[in-house]
Amino acid sequence: MPSNKESCKYLGKWCAALDNNEQYQKFKVYRDKVLALGNDSLEKTIAIAVSLCLVCAVLVSFAAVALKPLQVGNKAADMKKNILDVAGLLEEGADINAAFSEKIEAKIVDLETGDYVEGINADEYDQRKAAKDPAQSVAIPKDKDIAHIRVKAKYAKVFLVKEGGAIKSIILPMHGYGLWSTLYGFLSLDADGQTVQSINFYDQAETPGLGGEVVNPNWRALWKGKKVYAETDQPSLEKGLITEADIGEPALSLIKGVVDNTKPGSQYQVDGLAGATLTSTGVTNLVRYWMSNEGFAPYLKKVRTVKGVKS
Amino acid sequence: MSAILNDETKKVLTAPLVNDNPITLQVLGICSALAVTSQMTTSLIMALALTLVTAFSSAAISAIRNHIPSSIRIIVQMTIIASLVIVVDQILKAFAYEVSKQLSVFVGLIITNCIVMGRAEGYAMKNPPLKSFMDGIGNGLGYSLILIIVAFFRETLGSGKLLGIEVFKLTKDGGWYDPNGLMLLPPSAFFIIGLIIWAVREWKPNQAEKVEFKIMSIAHGEGGHH
Repeated sequence: MPSNKESCKYLGKWCAALDNNEQYQKFKVYRDKVLALGNDSLEKTIAIAVSLCLVCAVLVSFAAVALKPLQVGNKAADMKKNILDVAGLLEEGADINAAFSEKIEAKIVDLETGDYVEGINADEYDQRKAAKDPAQSVAIPKDKDIAHIRVKAKYAKVFLVKEGGAIKSIILPMHGYGLWSTLYGFLSLDADGQTVQSINFYDQAETPGLGGEVVNPNWRALWKGKKVYAETDQPSLEKGLITEADIGEPALSLIKGVVDNTKPGSQYQVDGLAGATLTSTGVTNLVRYWMSNEGFAPYLKKVRTVKGVKS
Repeated sequence: MSAILNDETKKVLTAPLVNDNPITLQVLGICSALAVTSQMTTSLIMALALTLVTAFSSAAISAIRNHIPSSIRIIVQMTIIASLVIVVDQILKAFAYEVSKQLSVFVGLIITNCIVMGRAEGYAMKNPPLKSFMDGIGNGLGYSLILIIVAFFRETLGSGKLLGIEVFKLTKDGGWYDPNGLMLLPPSAFFIIGLIIWAVREWKPNQAEKVEFKIMSIAHGEGGHH
């Protein structure tokens, strides 16, 4: 190979070592033999296919492995940023990690009983991963699966913001299917487990500008102050807007058009997204699912009663 | 540098901008041009990613072009392109997480972008690596140019913004501009690209195809790809 000498100028010592290596010499003989074969011979086809795959595999795995720590870091930081955001604690330019560990406490909740689970490291628990593990998840019966997620993790990871020992907000993870994608987000509630503080979606692939407007701050601001559960003493019950059966069930939903705040029941309604009916329906369904008895209702009931949550 | 930028390479580099544009003349890579152009940021990143992938895959394929068995030619090209796309995707996820979240599947879909494949098959298989690299850059830039034009119209008219910065104040925020929702949907890119093709062919009549039938004077594209 003439190019060998050329490269030897730069590689010097290495090149000499290679030249003296018997294995390498043998390899060179083989290589030249293969390269000299006709392009369409079976041997060469296989040789080229195998070596190309090897080179590409090494390249791809190198990129994946070398960049993994950065990607994992990005994901974790993004998650923390979203939790701080939904809690209304996100400050421009502040250190996200420090703010997160200072203000927010992660807790694991058993969805069935609504009690806190001890013995699991809340910081390391990954609810999305758990949902994929058959040992840590349960299948959702078809008729109850309004959010179209098929399985849920037995334990959910919630986040609490405390101020002076008292809970200031409860941040609940939610996910469900929209139009194109599964939307992952958080809903943050007041300590009463009833009043919405904020909502945000950190992972979604809805149509940009239409369903993708679920991330629009103006739309998200509409959620503030809305109530999740129908209240019995509301006039809406008398007027037939909700029925007895709805009590204790989530009533919050997105409607078509703009909510008229003077009408009874408007505290359970949020403007739908213009031009994104299916995404809006998806958001309604996922909020209702996660706030129902299938989701966080048992936990929130305990939060709302004086007894508190057992741990 | 003078050796790199001789007249020949200059031609390879600039021809795809207007005279031989992959989108308007060759009508390749339409799919992603529809998908990512609702915002300027995503268009720019997509354009950059595609340019790099086209350039490096063309160079790599050209480097081994004399040894590629013709029976597995296409799959060899695909393997090289796919590997590069995965690397680009990984790099975006590591260094531009926000943008990679917005681009979602479209970076992965560069693999099926006809421009990359078209340049590999049509140019890199017959030309030396450096020229193929330049050809890849040139075609990537031609693609970028159209993407930027389309994204400019779609983002300003569709959401009143450019690069996420407000240009027209929307009525819903108390301004005067009522956004055109159609601009945010992929079909609008069809209209804009169609108008661009029309304009370019008016300007350079030699790009227009000859009428093949007198009565049915519908020009058919040069293999409309998706």
